[in-house]
Amino acid sequence: MRKELTTIVHHERIADQIYELTFTGELVTHMSEPGQFLHIRTGEQYMPLLRRPISICDVDLGKKECTILYRTEGEGTRLLSKRRVGDRLDVLGPLGNGFPLDTLEQGGTALLIGGGIGVPPLYYLSRKLVERNIHVKHVLGFASQKDAFYIDKFEMLGETVVTTIDGSLGFQGFVTDYVLDENPSYDLLYTCGPTLMMKAIEEQLNPERAYYSFEERMGCGIGACFACVCPVKDDPTGNEYRKICSDGPVFPQGVIQL
Amino acid sequence: MDMQLPGLTMKNPIMPASGCFGFGREFAKFYDISQLGAIAIKATTEEPRFGNPTPRVAETPGGMLNAIGLQNPGLEKVLSDELPFLAGYDVPILANIAGTKTEDYVKVAEMVSKAKNVTAIELNISCPNVKEGGISFGTDPSVAAALTRAVKDVSEVPIYVKLSPNVTDITEIAKAVEQAGADGLAMINTLLGMRIDLKSEKPIIANRTGGLSGPAIKPVAIRMIYEVSQRVSIPIIGMGGITCADDVLEYFLAGASAVAVGTANFVNPLVCPEIIADLEEKLSEKKIDHISELVGRSWKSCYSLSSSR
Repeated sequence: MRKELTTIVHHERIADQIYELTFTGELVTHMSEPGQFLHIRTGEQYMPLLRRPISICDVDLGKKECTILYRTEGEGTRLLSKRRVGDRLDVLGPLGNGFPLDTLEQGGTALLIGGGIGVPPLYYLSRKLVERNIHVKHVLGFASQKDAFYIDKFEMLGETVVTTIDGSLGFQGFVTDYVLDENPSYDLLYTCGPTLMMKAIEEQLNPERAYYSFEERMGCGIGACFACVCPVKDDPTGNEYRKICSDGPVFPQGVIQL
Repeated sequence: MDMQLPGLTMKNPIMPASGCFGFGREFAKFYDISQLGAIAIKATTEEPRFGNPTPRVAETPGGMLNAIGLQNPGLEKVLSDELPFLAGYDVPILANIAGTKTEDYVKVAEMVSKAKNVTAIELNISCPNVKEGGISFGTDPSVAAALTRAVKDVSEVPIYVKLSPNVTDITEIAKAVEQAGADGLAMINTLLGMRIDLKSEKPIIANRTGGLSGPAIKPVAIRMIYEVSQRVSIPIIGMGGITCADDVLEYFLAGASAVAVGTANFVNPLVCPEIIADLEEKLSEKKIDHISELVGRSWKSCYSLSSSR
C-alpha cells in the first residue's frame, strides 16, 4: 500500500460512459492480488475533494502497467475522463483484500458472474485463475449492448455468456435468470456487481462456495474513517461489522448481510 | 515548532483530528506517526457503538458530509488494544470521549485519563450525528459547563472541550466551559448539513443530515477562533479544512495555538508529515523564530492599530 504519482499511458472510451485507462508506476509491482482496488485522486485541486475507489482490471507486472475501467457517473469520474496520456495520476493502492486464488485445485471450474462496472475486477481474476490451470466460465450482465465491454477479452480466457436486460445482446434477462435457466456446473463462484445482483445470487442460486466483492461509499479507503462499514450476517449483538475498504472488498459467502 | 499546551508537550503543533485517523493503525503503515505533535484518537464511548446506517458520507463542493455516528470499539477495547498500540510511538494522545449522559462521560474520562499515554482529554460535546448526547451537551452554556466540571473532577489529565459551530454565539459556550475549568478548547466540530440526490430525490446520507467538514468550513472556523480567542485565556486547538502549511499559519494568526488536520487525511494519508515539513520551511522563509509568535496576531495587531489612533 503506497501513494504514488503515476503516469497515464493509455486512455480511451470503450463503451457508453465506460473508459479504459492504463497508467504506469512502481506501485503496480505490488498488484498481484486480483480484486483489490485503487483510490484515485481525479483532479489536482480539492474539488472534488475525495478520492474515487476504482477496481483493478488488469496488470502487466513486467511493464509496470495497470489498467482500470470506470464509468463516468459524477463530477470526479467526469474529471478523470478528461485526463490525457502523459498526465500524472495520484494513485493510492493497492487497497483491500482481493479474491483468493488457492481455494480451487488445478482442473477445477470457477464461475465468474459480473454486473456492469462490477465486471472489470473479474478480468484480472480470470487471467490469474487460467494461469493456475483452472477452467473459467463467465456470465457478464449489462443493461444494454451499448454498455457492454471486454467480451472478446473474456472469450479468450474461457466460455463467456453475455446477458442484457433489454435483450439487445446475448441472453435476455439478468445474470441470475441465465444461471437458473442453464444451470452451469462449477466448483466455486466469484461475483462482483450491484448489491441487488449479489443479493439475487445469494437468494436464488444459493451457491455452496462463493466470494462476493462489495462496494460502498468510502471516505479514506484505508480503514480509518468507518464510512464503508457493513453489518455482518446473523450477528445477535448488532455491533459486529466489517469495513469494505480494508477487511474487503471481497468476502466469502455468508459473512456480510446482503 | 515545539508547543507546550496543557497536557500536550508537542514536537510541532500538528495533530490529526479525532475521527479522521482512527487509532493510528492505518496511517502507521504510511509513515512514522511519532513525527506528529499529538494524536486525537477516535471518539470513545463506554460501550461499543456500531454507528449509523450507510451511506454515511457525501461529497460537497470543497467538503464532505459524514454521519458515522461515533462508531468505536468501546472503552474496554480502546484501553486494552488501541492505546497500548499507540504507546509504541513517542507521541502524546488526546483522547476524544463521548457519551449519552453525564455519567457516561465521567466514567470514560476517569478510566481513559489513567492510561499511560493519554496526556489530555478532548470532551466531545459537539457531534452532530448522534441522537442522544453529543451536540445536545454543546449548545447550552450551562449544560456544557456542568459537564465540563463533572469530567474535570475525575480526570487526571487536562480537558479540552470541543465546541460546536452549530450555535448562535460560540463565545458564550467557550466562556462557560472556561469558567467551569476547561484547560483548553478544540474548535470547531462539523457544521450540520444535508445533500439530496437528484435521482432518488432523497437525502444521500442514510441519517439524512451529516457534519460538513473540509476546506469549505475553514472560513467559519477562522472567524470563530478569531472571536473566541479574544474572549478566553485558555489555548485553542484549531481545526476545520486544514490542507496545507498556509492554512496552519492562518489558524495561528486567528488565535489557535495548535491545529488538527481532519478530512485532508482521507484525501492524502501523508498530509500531516507533509504539512509539518512545509510549515518548517514557511516559518524559516518568513523569518519567524517560533510559531507561537503568530498566535492571535491578526487581532493583536488590530488592537495595537486602534490603540495608536
